Amino acid sequence: MTLVAHLDVHRDRFHLDLRLEIAPGEVVALLGPNGAGKTTALRALAGLVPLTGGHISLDGHPWDAPPRTFLPPERRPVGVVFQDHLLFAHLSAVDNVAFGPRARGTSRAAARDLALRWLDRVGLAEHARAKPRTLSGGQAQRVALARALATDPRLLLLDEPLAALDAATRLHVRAELGRHLAEFRGHTLLVTHDPLDAMVLADRLVVLDHGTLVQQGTPTEVAHHPRNAYTADLVGLNLLRGTAEGTAVTLDGGGVLTLAEPATGPVHLSFPPSAVSVHPAPPTGSPRNTWPVTLTGLEQHAHTTRLRLHGRPPVLADITTAAVADLRLHAGDALWAAVKATEIRAYPATPDR
Amino acid sequence: MTHSRRRAARGRLPLVLVLPAVLGLAFLLIPLAGLLTRAPWDTLAGELLSPRIGQALRLSLVCATLATLLCLVLGVPLAWLLARGNLPGQGLLRALITVPLVLPPVVGGVALLFVLGRRGLIGQYLHAWFGVSLPFTTAGVVIAEAFVAMPFLVVSVEGALRAADPRYEEAAATLGASRWLTFRRVTLPSVLPGVVAGTVLCWARALGEFGATITFAGNFPGTTTTMPLAVYLALETDPDAAIVLSVVLLIVSVGVLAALRDRWIRGGA
Repeated sequence: MTLVAHLDVHRDRFHLDLRLEIAPGEVVALLGPNGAGKTTALRALAGLVPLTGGHISLDGHPWDAPPRTFLPPERRPVGVVFQDHLLFAHLSAVDNVAFGPRARGTSRAAARDLALRWLDRVGLAEHARAKPRTLSGGQAQRVALARALATDPRLLLLDEPLAALDAATRLHVRAELGRHLAEFRGHTLLVTHDPLDAMVLADRLVVLDHGTLVQQGTPTEVAHHPRNAYTADLVGLNLLRGTAEGTAVTLDGGGVLTLAEPATGPVHLSFPPSAVSVHPAPPTGSPRNTWPVTLTGLEQHAHTTRLRLHGRPPVLADITTAAVADLRLHAGDALWAAVKATEIRAYPATPDR
Repeated sequence: MTHSRRRAARGRLPLVLVLPAVLGLAFLLIPLAGLLTRAPWDTLAGELLSPRIGQALRLSLVCATLATLLCLVLGVPLAWLLARGNLPGQGLLRALITVPLVLPPVVGGVALLFVLGRRGLIGQYLHAWFGVSLPFTTAGVVIAEAFVAMPFLVVSVEGALRAADPRYEEAAATLGASRWLTFRRVTLPSVLPGVVAGTVLCWARALGEFGATITFAGNFPGTTTTMPLAVYLALETDPDAAIVLSVVLLIVSVGVLAALRDRWIRGGA
């Protein structure tokens, strides 16, 4: 029981051609730069843009198959969270959430109960009567999530749900979104241009550029085996999971890293490959995080060389081409990796992912 | 104090703008003031209660309100169609709708007469099949007023609809709302200030309608003589009565506009 789509949309001089499958319970992140066609793909799935060719079906029920079939958006079991939330300004939070169930035929009282339960689940029960303009950005986006989920959709579409939020709010909403996505049993497509959102929230990444698929795979696969320089830049990020106790994080895959600021519980750690340095011998000096690694691969990019380093933990490192020559690096070399504690960003992980 | 200080900071207002502005203000206000100074205030109350004026005033208010309702029922959907419909030839349609805005109302009245008159294009069938004849009736007054006033409402509502973000309607659609439900629960509330402004304009235009009314509905006291017609009629026989009628019309229009302004327009816009 899967969402199967071949999204073929011609518009002006833009052409989207993407084959996409999403399994129930799966979260797929559609990643790509601005203008790659991410939002067009999402709008086609929602029924806001008709396909030019191809097809969309869920569990074998066709949604869009030009020229014959087109299920209008209001008859598709979808929930959409838009970038700037698009809450109805004249309705209170609870009426916004109740709007979907009401439109789909639930009685007034039942819809209101349902909406209150959803507001409670996103932690906004006490803001039920608030008008959207009195809510903060993070609160509004949580109401929008509750509104999208309240219709019990089979397909949840998230269009840059965190892009409009400030950094601190983003962290909280991202963690909360992760929690709800873990509980959600339908299909989820997350559109984002932020690799971090994608890697933290998604089971599978689909990288899109100029309307076509560049690469897909699990976040780790894509990060460790980027198919081209563009993807490497986009998802060139070391992402590790572990459990923090003070400034020490015991990593799930083995190894311990030290943070600059203390944290507790499950965390994600991220740092760019450029923050990792490699040394032929155990380095001395400021980096507190050093560990032995084996060089398993080298990739030449424009101005840097990306090293794949196997160890506890395994990491990616970007070093200058000159340094590669100085160190006379070859696959299989035994090296030491080092990363400064201040370069590592830590943020709370969702328990089940 | 802050106000004058700010003005001082910005420098003196340029005379080349102030002078015509003051003249413009005088041009608009002096005739109204003149009307008020000539008004026979001591007999005004008595005249107000006279059957002639009461009858015309009542007819005016009823007809303008009915015409406005008719405009709302037909005009708001029309504005929606123009703003959202994606019809072929939409530009032409929009231009045609504004024609009654620039058409001399008398010409509008003549046009109505030729279409809805007893021998008119549609009027002959109305008469033959239903025994209905619109010209020279109160219903004719309502139709004449609606014909002239509806473009004001349509233009105003359409402008508000075009300014409204259509993505809210998309959001409603993804939540399962039909287009009709979306229109009622999302679109209409978001353009309400525009609808109210358009309604006020429409009502004011209908209340003051003269040319189309007298051409299409004639001038029969009690059934088609509205206030503007009564003013014109009185001017030839009894100028004092014309002034009283004018002052009453002035007070009623200003009063209604002021009341609506307090309630709606300032808060909404």
